[in-house]
Amino acid sequence: MPKLNGGEIIVESLKQENVDVIFGYPGGAVINLYDALYNSGLKHYLGRHEQGVVHAADGYARSSGKVGVCIATSGPGGTNMVTGLANAFMDSVPLVAFTGQVSTSMLGKDSFQEADITGISLPITKHNFLVTDVEELAKTIKEAFFIAKTGRPGPVLIDLAKDVTQKEAEFNYPSKINLPGYRPSFEGHRLQVNKAAKAINEAKRPLLYVGGGAIISGAEKEIKELVERAKIPITTTLMALGIYPEDRELALEMLGMHGTQYANRATLETDLVIAIGARFDDRVTGKLDEFIAQADIIQIDIDPAEIGKNLDVEIPIVGDVKDVLQEILPFIEEKENGEWQDRIRELKEKYPLRYNDDDDSEVIKPQYLMEEIDKYTNGNSTIVTEVGQHQMWAAQYHKYKKPRQFISSGGLGTMGFGLPAAIGAQIGQPDEQIILIAGDGSIQMNIQELGTIQTYNVPVKIIIFNNKYLGMVRQWQEMFFEKRYSSTKIPAPDFVKMGEAYGIWSKRVEKKSELSGAIREAMELKGPAILDVHIPEEENVYPMVPAGAGLKDMIGG
Amino acid sequence: MTHILSVSVLNKPGVLTRVAGLFSRRNFNIESLNVGKTENPEISRMTIVVRGDQKVLEQVTKQLHKLINVLKITELDKNAIVERDLILIRVKCTRKQRSEIIQIADTFRAQIVDVAPDSLMIEATGTEDKLEALTELLRDFGIAEFVRTGRVALSRGQAIK
Repeated sequence: MPKLNGGEIIVESLKQENVDVIFGYPGGAVINLYDALYNSGLKHYLGRHEQGVVHAADGYARSSGKVGVCIATSGPGGTNMVTGLANAFMDSVPLVAFTGQVSTSMLGKDSFQEADITGISLPITKHNFLVTDVEELAKTIKEAFFIAKTGRPGPVLIDLAKDVTQKEAEFNYPSKINLPGYRPSFEGHRLQVNKAAKAINEAKRPLLYVGGGAIISGAEKEIKELVERAKIPITTTLMALGIYPEDRELALEMLGMHGTQYANRATLETDLVIAIGARFDDRVTGKLDEFIAQADIIQIDIDPAEIGKNLDVEIPIVGDVKDVLQEILPFIEEKENGEWQDRIRELKEKYPLRYNDDDDSEVIKPQYLMEEIDKYTNGNSTIVTEVGQHQMWAAQYHKYKKPRQFISSGGLGTMGFGLPAAIGAQIGQPDEQIILIAGDGSIQMNIQELGTIQTYNVPVKIIIFNNKYLGMVRQWQEMFFEKRYSSTKIPAPDFVKMGEAYGIWSKRVEKKSELSGAIREAMELKGPAILDVHIPEEENVYPMVPAGAGLKDMIGG
Repeated sequence: MTHILSVSVLNKPGVLTRVAGLFSRRNFNIESLNVGKTENPEISRMTIVVRGDQKVLEQVTKQLHKLINVLKITELDKNAIVERDLILIRVKCTRKQRSEIIQIADTFRAQIVDVAPDSLMIEATGTEDKLEALTELLRDFGIAEFVRTGRVALSRGQAIK
């Protein structure tokens, strides 16, 4: 068996894991690893900042369903990754992040570019490792990938002492995993499955509440079957948009703080909620003790700790969503639920999403902008977003049809996620049209990644919803702080000039009559494009459930 | 309400930090945490005393299970365990008081482990109640210093039928 150095062992291990794309940023502590990458045949995308690198790997993982891989050097390289790891952790995204570390002999001495990244990342990774022995390297990588992608996925960090990447060892990629403390369960408990099926069959006004776990599990077929066989209306969280086509009758779209009126109202009337891969987040439930208080709950989740964490649940089932649904489905009776269906139809007709728009005005309303994008792309593009008002409009005014079509930072709400994530998403879905919906505030948080777009000619279409404000905070200040706009007015640079500085086709749009033409122009272009679309400064996102209020106390819409 | 958890963990670097960090991050109240080797050198046993109701206990257990290096968690039934604490107390004492203190120690089956002209050190093991009673009695003489290990516990063997 030939001996390989640590850098080469990492490359070979990545190949064993079928990794072909890596996002990274070199530095002193990972220089040996980069040397091994030089002729490795692995495609390495150089970002412009380690936060961009980790978000790109995250976007790649979300769009492709594969494990995202990223590399940063020691010290600031690792600490710059922290937000991205936390972001991936909150949304259960499988990542393997490699960070360089000072040599074993220098550890703990406050050496140059030393930071305790395993300590720092402990609460924001699913697991992490510090490798100080080259003999442990291949085994550690195998375990890291296994942990990242199985059970409830999440980011795993491997910190590599520099000498480990230099020293040699025989390369032996283990075929088996030995992790006695890690055994995720997949199949649901038989008895609970029977109980759930019975409850679903007996319910008069059942409601599916589906979260990101269903997308991760790949359960769209099973969910469609359940919805259509038992005629159960379905509402999703931000993380599950597209799990069921939103243009269908039983789709209620998103619920929660900025959910549709009909979804939120349905939660007030249902008698049985079937929560699938969803975690009763405060942005969904509003005031917790009022949320679906009148209904029984079935909760299916692969993570036992999610069950009963926020709400007591009548029928908990621990297991992989897809597996559990396959177990339940044979017992589900075909049903019409006529009265309930009528009521759902009535709610949808009575309380549609709406906004004020003047046909004769040249003002471009953000909701209209989103609808135009949906219209132009026939609802077939993959939408990636930053975080804020534009993110909510993107969720509301676009009909999502398939899983992994909407990519957004949900749990952590990371401004600056969108631009790098869109790059990763495009690389993960090379045949799809990726559109980044950005705010003028958010996009400036990782704007340097325009350089990555330029280098690799990533054909992402960037649409900036430019209202010259940090709009979501401004909206709260308007509603709850008497319009005291404290530090939310944010002067934007000339995005057109900025785009052009990076060699990206860019255009400003200020008139409604020019909008559809500009969208067409941007979309028809082969490469990347930026549209800087000016929207009203003080438009609000509605409906809205104020923080801490119950879903029945929705405002507007 | 306190609960005693016996947690087997793989003896990997940082495992204590992971467990302790989990408690602080999730806002769980820890009363004492004790860690030591077991019969298997690869496995350590933590005895954790947690304060909280049944719901808190359930979350603690589930969250602990998510740690990759945690192997097994058992809530110990207080009626079916042996639990012990060890205490070292240095008591101020004059030559005259020495025999009285030794008598007290004897009553508690404690050992005198160090004798100095103006102090005695006592080592005692036992349940929390017993050690508290001992400490209380010694307080009159003046406690110079003391240290306690925190609780360790094991389930008893099967009862004779």
